[in-house]
Amino acid sequence: MKFATKLIHNGHACDPATGALSVPICQASTFRQESAEEFGKYDYTRSGNPTREALEDAVAQMENGAHAYAFASGMAAISSALLLFSPGDHIVVCEDVYGGTYRVLTSLFSRLGIASSFVDATDLDALAAAIRPETKALFLETPSNPLMKITDLKGAAELARSRGLLTIVDNTFMTPYLQRPLDLGCDIVLHSGTKFLNGHSDVLCGFAVTKDQTLGKRLRFVQNAFGAVLGPQDSWLVLRGLKTLKVRMEESQKGAGRIAAWLTGQKRVTRVCYPGLADHPGHEVHAAQSAGPGAVLSFTLESYELTRRLLEGSELCAFAVSLGGVETIISYPARMSHAAVPKEEREKKGISDTLVRLSVGLEDPDDLIADLDKALNG
Amino acid sequence: MNIATQAAQIGLEWDTRTGAVTVPIYQTATFRHPGLGQSTGYDYTRSGNPTRQALEEGIARLEGGARGFAYASGMAAIANLLLLFRKGDHLVVTEDLYGGTYRLFEQVFGQYDLAFTYVDTSDVEAVRAAIRPETRALFVESLTNPLLKVADLPALSALCRERGLLCIVDNTFLTPYLLRPFDHGADITVYSATKYLAGHNDTVSGLVAVKDPQLAERVYFHQNSVGAVLGPQDSWLTIRGMKTLSVRLDRQQENALKIARWLAAHPLVRKVYYPGLESHPGHAILKRDARGFGAMIAFEVTEHPLVEQLLLKTRLISFAESLGGVETLITFPEVQTHADIEPEIRRRLGINNVLLRLSVGIEDGEDLIADLAQAFR
Repeated sequence: MKFATKLIHNGHACDPATGALSVPICQASTFRQESAEEFGKYDYTRSGNPTREALEDAVAQMENGAHAYAFASGMAAISSALLLFSPGDHIVVCEDVYGGTYRVLTSLFSRLGIASSFVDATDLDALAAAIRPETKALFLETPSNPLMKITDLKGAAELARSRGLLTIVDNTFMTPYLQRPLDLGCDIVLHSGTKFLNGHSDVLCGFAVTKDQTLGKRLRFVQNAFGAVLGPQDSWLVLRGLKTLKVRMEESQKGAGRIAAWLTGQKRVTRVCYPGLADHPGHEVHAAQSAGPGAVLSFTLESYELTRRLLEGSELCAFAVSLGGVETIISYPARMSHAAVPKEEREKKGISDTLVRLSVGLEDPDDLIADLDKALNG
Repeated sequence: MNIATQAAQIGLEWDTRTGAVTVPIYQTATFRHPGLGQSTGYDYTRSGNPTRQALEEGIARLEGGARGFAYASGMAAIANLLLLFRKGDHLVVTEDLYGGTYRLFEQVFGQYDLAFTYVDTSDVEAVRAAIRPETRALFVESLTNPLLKVADLPALSALCRERGLLCIVDNTFLTPYLLRPFDHGADITVYSATKYLAGHNDTVSGLVAVKDPQLAERVYFHQNSVGAVLGPQDSWLTIRGMKTLSVRLDRQQENALKIARWLAAHPLVRKVYYPGLESHPGHAILKRDARGFGAMIAFEVTEHPLVEQLLLKTRLISFAESLGGVETLITFPEVQTHADIEPEIRRRLGINNVLLRLSVGIEDGEDLIADLAQAFR
């Protein structure tokens, strides 16, 4: 079955009891039992809820995984996955990882005795060099946030396997429609489902997906024991969002390509980061491991004044945090997604005060370009 | 202001634009900024959402605390509180603890070198004896699950103050309507709001209230960093539930006392645990500190086969996990809520194969008694 069909016919497309074409929202915390010896499939919503399960199954299927778990936010998914590690363990992380991930690693998991090193993951040798005897995992984003740096996932997963490490990939920017890290040998895929998967900027959610049965069991244990689960209403909204994933991604990606090309021709734009551009570092690697460059791009401007003018002056692009919605969102990583990273660290990583990130939505690209043009040059 | 009044009015004045008397469900992930460096006060729903905030302010007000926090489940709330501690820290904990909390402490946080000692927290001297130099907090269930032991909060919080410990109270079984732990010296309260606060068995949620503003900042940091937050729809449902907290609990307690007395007189019942009975060891403490005794009852039947008989033969009373809802539920703690506790500890605590737990709902008390009576026959 092709991807677009899977999105609509995911095994939960029809309610067997009533024939309803949409999964019922099972807003129950507990479930009546029939037998004192053997409990039914569901006993308590933290442990399992039919609506959440339909969503988890759909996401597992999309990623070609066997087990998916839905969480209250992307950070709850990431934090829950990090609870797989023990004190003394070490994780090698791509250096421009999302600021929220950086924050939990450096201010929370560090206190629990889990260490992390941040390295340039575009360079497999740098990844290899950062591995220590106590290293247990690689934590990667590709394309990375916000500089769209590319990591060779197959190469990284091979490296990890040869050293006995897990490869964990935050696949938020790509979604399984464009990139399936489990197929490339990675072990755990994480998502902020808030972004493209749900796609409407109206729900907070996160996922952890794996193919491996043991890892699946361990993730499920953490999900149930820690309890950072996604509610039934939100689960249903995400299921609803998933149905249009392919058409949204395709359209947004088309728009992003147009805008990236236009920005490249602007003299006040000093640099454009978008994996769809032929001269983007890692362009070939990205093209080989994914089905497209996605709908997020970032760019730097010639001055801070101009940056501010663009952020505040654009009428169609919502100046807000987050990304991946039907609305185009313009954001300012230095003070938003990466505000948790100390300034010096941030600038070293290239997240400067003139860097702007654009998540392209479903508006007509001509309108978006006209809006950007007015804010930049008007 | 009376708690019943405060609860009924949660979110009432929120929407000044339209005058709507309930807080709108802000089903949004992100918020548009008016300009660079400017914010409406809301940036991203994980960091703050108006619907969730109305709930968080509501619980803070009911408790008389500085701030409240809402989480995806009661376990997520407790897990977030444990993030306040570091490697090597030690906590003294109620021994007949909810099984999910026990699992979280032992199997998730145990590996990060947090140590826990489980004691009978209805015994202040036992708590004192368990305190070590590295002890940082007391985690106590005000009314325990499932054996309904009563904690003497004024004495325990005085002990915590004297020894520099945080006093964290899981007040799920009583709610602020019946007992306000901050009035008795506690620092943090935590709830599975799934239970009495939301009260309808239709949403899974967790709440925390913190008395001190600085401590609240630290709790907020973890709420935002880990992101185990409650969604807007579930926040709204929890608020909706809290508006009827007082009337539900009034009726539930009335029913519970009737049922407890009826059970105590039944020949097939060996033992009844209900703090509303004068014979219960914690009765006097709750009479002094609380507005009531709650609506949870545990009881032992005379022989194991009666367990299955009661679980399956009751018609009005549903056999299901959870508690605190408008419907009466019956559970078998040994294999349901407390399955994660080691068998030996369970036996010592009195969680055995003839113990049943009732969460009494708001049905007519006579109907519930009739249902139990036919199930016993």
